[in-house]
Amino acid sequence: MATVKPKPYAESKEELISGSEAIGIACALADVDVITAYPIRPYDTVMQYVSRLKADGNFDFDFIVAESEHSQFEIVKHASAVGARTFTGSSGVGWFYAFEAITVTAGLRMPVVAMVGNRALDDPGAFGVEHNDAMAVRDLGWHLYWVATAQEALDMALIAWKVAEDPRVLLPFALSCDGSFLTHSQAIVQVPSQDQVDRFLPSYQRGTLQLHPDNPITVAPQVNEDWLMEIRKQTDEAMRRTSDVIKEAYDEFREIFGRGDPSPFIEEYMCDDAEIILVGMGTLAMPTRVAVRRMREAGEKVGFLRIKFFRPFPAEEIRAVLGKAKGVAVIDRDYSYGSPSFGGVLFHELRSTLYTLDDRPLMLNFIAGLGGREIKVGDIGQMVETTQTAIDTGKIEQETTWVSVRE
Amino acid sequence: MATRAVEVVYRGIFQRTLARNIVRNIVFAARKDGKIGTAFGRYSDSPERNGIPAKQFAIVCDTALELEESLAVYEATNVDVTINVDDAMCKGIESWAWYGLQPINELTNSGGTLIVTSRQDADSLLEDIHQKDTPYDLAIIPSTVSFSGLWVYKDDHTDMRILGTLCKVCPDLVSLEAMLESIQEQTGSGTKVASVQKAFDRTVTRAVEPGEGNTETPFSFDMPGWKTMEEGLVIRALPQGAGYGGGDEGYVPGRSEVFKKWSTRSMRPVINFETCIKCTLCWLQCPDTCFDVTPDGLYDANMESCCGCGVCEAVCPVPDCVTMVSESQFNDNDSQWEAWQKDKDGYNKWMTVLVEKQKSETRTHGFHHVGGYADEINEMEEA
Repeated sequence: MATVKPKPYAESKEELISGSEAIGIACALADVDVITAYPIRPYDTVMQYVSRLKADGNFDFDFIVAESEHSQFEIVKHASAVGARTFTGSSGVGWFYAFEAITVTAGLRMPVVAMVGNRALDDPGAFGVEHNDAMAVRDLGWHLYWVATAQEALDMALIAWKVAEDPRVLLPFALSCDGSFLTHSQAIVQVPSQDQVDRFLPSYQRGTLQLHPDNPITVAPQVNEDWLMEIRKQTDEAMRRTSDVIKEAYDEFREIFGRGDPSPFIEEYMCDDAEIILVGMGTLAMPTRVAVRRMREAGEKVGFLRIKFFRPFPAEEIRAVLGKAKGVAVIDRDYSYGSPSFGGVLFHELRSTLYTLDDRPLMLNFIAGLGGREIKVGDIGQMVETTQTAIDTGKIEQETTWVSVRE
Repeated sequence: MATRAVEVVYRGIFQRTLARNIVRNIVFAARKDGKIGTAFGRYSDSPERNGIPAKQFAIVCDTALELEESLAVYEATNVDVTINVDDAMCKGIESWAWYGLQPINELTNSGGTLIVTSRQDADSLLEDIHQKDTPYDLAIIPSTVSFSGLWVYKDDHTDMRILGTLCKVCPDLVSLEAMLESIQEQTGSGTKVASVQKAFDRTVTRAVEPGEGNTETPFSFDMPGWKTMEEGLVIRALPQGAGYGGGDEGYVPGRSEVFKKWSTRSMRPVINFETCIKCTLCWLQCPDTCFDVTPDGLYDANMESCCGCGVCEAVCPVPDCVTMVSESQFNDNDSQWEAWQKDKDGYNKWMTVLVEKQKSETRTHGFHHVGGYADEINEMEEA
């Protein structure tokens, strides 16, 4: 097991790195024991970076390049069972190939941390970002977080191990990172010192659940219907408990590292008096914030709500923000064929969330940026205009709109 | 508001480290000037293919808010400086993932600068560089195509020379002082710092007037919409025998209108039809199926689909039947076989001169002739 502490992070310093590289550095700072890899773009950028850290002698860990994504996820699951801190990841169809292993990881309560470099699902073979790949774990007991910046990638990775490995939780954690815009763009990132990280992140203790000769246990027996519902209910309770653990960890992170939004779950941007609120996840926050600023300058009461945690879904926080708006424009970088309103996954989650409100805002859905297509500031202006028309007329002409698709 | 943008156009994989060194050093140096920046590659180029044109960008702003306003993760729509590290790309570029030709200076701002590493002079380069409606400056750094940073190739300071030139042509981007300090800090190399200074001192620019340059209209086409494209990801091939016009029309080389990719090459095969033994190997092995079988059973490389990889030269069993020749030697995509048919003696003479020149002096990464690379390096070091 890795014991040598990385030396390069004796002091906090600035680095010019991509989101993937930021997660690679977080792996070193967290002193991860086992990393498994199998190349697929855009996730491969983190695999390349940890390889370099190892080759340069800056990070000592067991690096296992598996023969497929399925084995890649199986190996970290097993390593986690014996008490190793683990990291892995994949993208698009690679993530899907590992799905059997991905479901059992949550089922066995293994706190694996994985990076999903969001990528469009084949076919067509394409490399650009779409959120459908990561979203596929939404019903399985994984934490699912959407990262917006390289700094956030590093910070949330550290928080991810702390939350996932907490004995009250023991659930895996997926860090969803938009392919290209996050995985391949280099930004100035404040890398914390090893000392700060050590104060924040305790070692992984699996306690009596650890698979070890001194602790003889059987993990994962076959069960029948007389066992299964209770097991599911346990996982459900862990997912219910994790919100408090996340809050706790996040507050501690802000105290030690001195940065981060007020809430770990959502980011509000000019929402206070907004009549129309745009909602979205990941790096589309950048053009959306720019568009909101420009519309505000023109006197329009517009805001933006970024959903950070998709699982657990922060329903209460979202209701508190969106409940005040007249119109909600949901931007989905994903799609669900044949869904209730032929719309995106985020849209349906949000509509379900807001249903319990007495006074519900009007909701429209915009499908945008699929396969990595640029979401332009003008596109967002159009979304707001369409929503305003619906508010003014009290009538929704078209619930779901595909933005900048060639006819 | 002061946002400055730079693009580096380079050959995929071969020049990736070179391009990365340039954009990263811009951001590091700008940090010394108290600015903030970001560096990124055009994702549609990724994963890079050997030699296929690709781009990296550096965006530098005064504040983080300005950086967000510049939307600096998307391909820039205009840049203050375009840096081209292979002069063959002055003919225009297309990445592997999209089709249509982008002039090398398409993103260069009015009053901006195009920096090219080249052994050609400005007039010669402007035969290839497409004309623009707006004026800009052209700065030439005397250099061969650099593979600096690629595996076994030696570090030839091309990145440092470009950074020095950049400080001269766009002082708002980053000051020379900041660049020198940053390079010293990043590399610890006094000779590299000297190279930056030397390039700065020697920078000469030449004003390019609106309308000056190559007058050809760059190849483009309209992409289909969801109502007009075929369902099930189908792309229709040319019908069998479409390469032959029939009757008097004779041989008409054809390719799909939306799958041309010729601008990606830095070299092209030149065929000696007299020595060809019709073994089929070039036709069989070409990864882009660019060889057309001619009515007399020879093989003609279609210059609208050749990406210049050189496999045909490598597999040809006949010495000097296929030779890869620098793309800078050509100004059209015409059929070699047709030229040979019309005037065999003329073609053979033209071909012999080209091949001999290639052997003796022209840069190359072809399989048969290493050319004068070693000499060129010496020449650059003296420059």
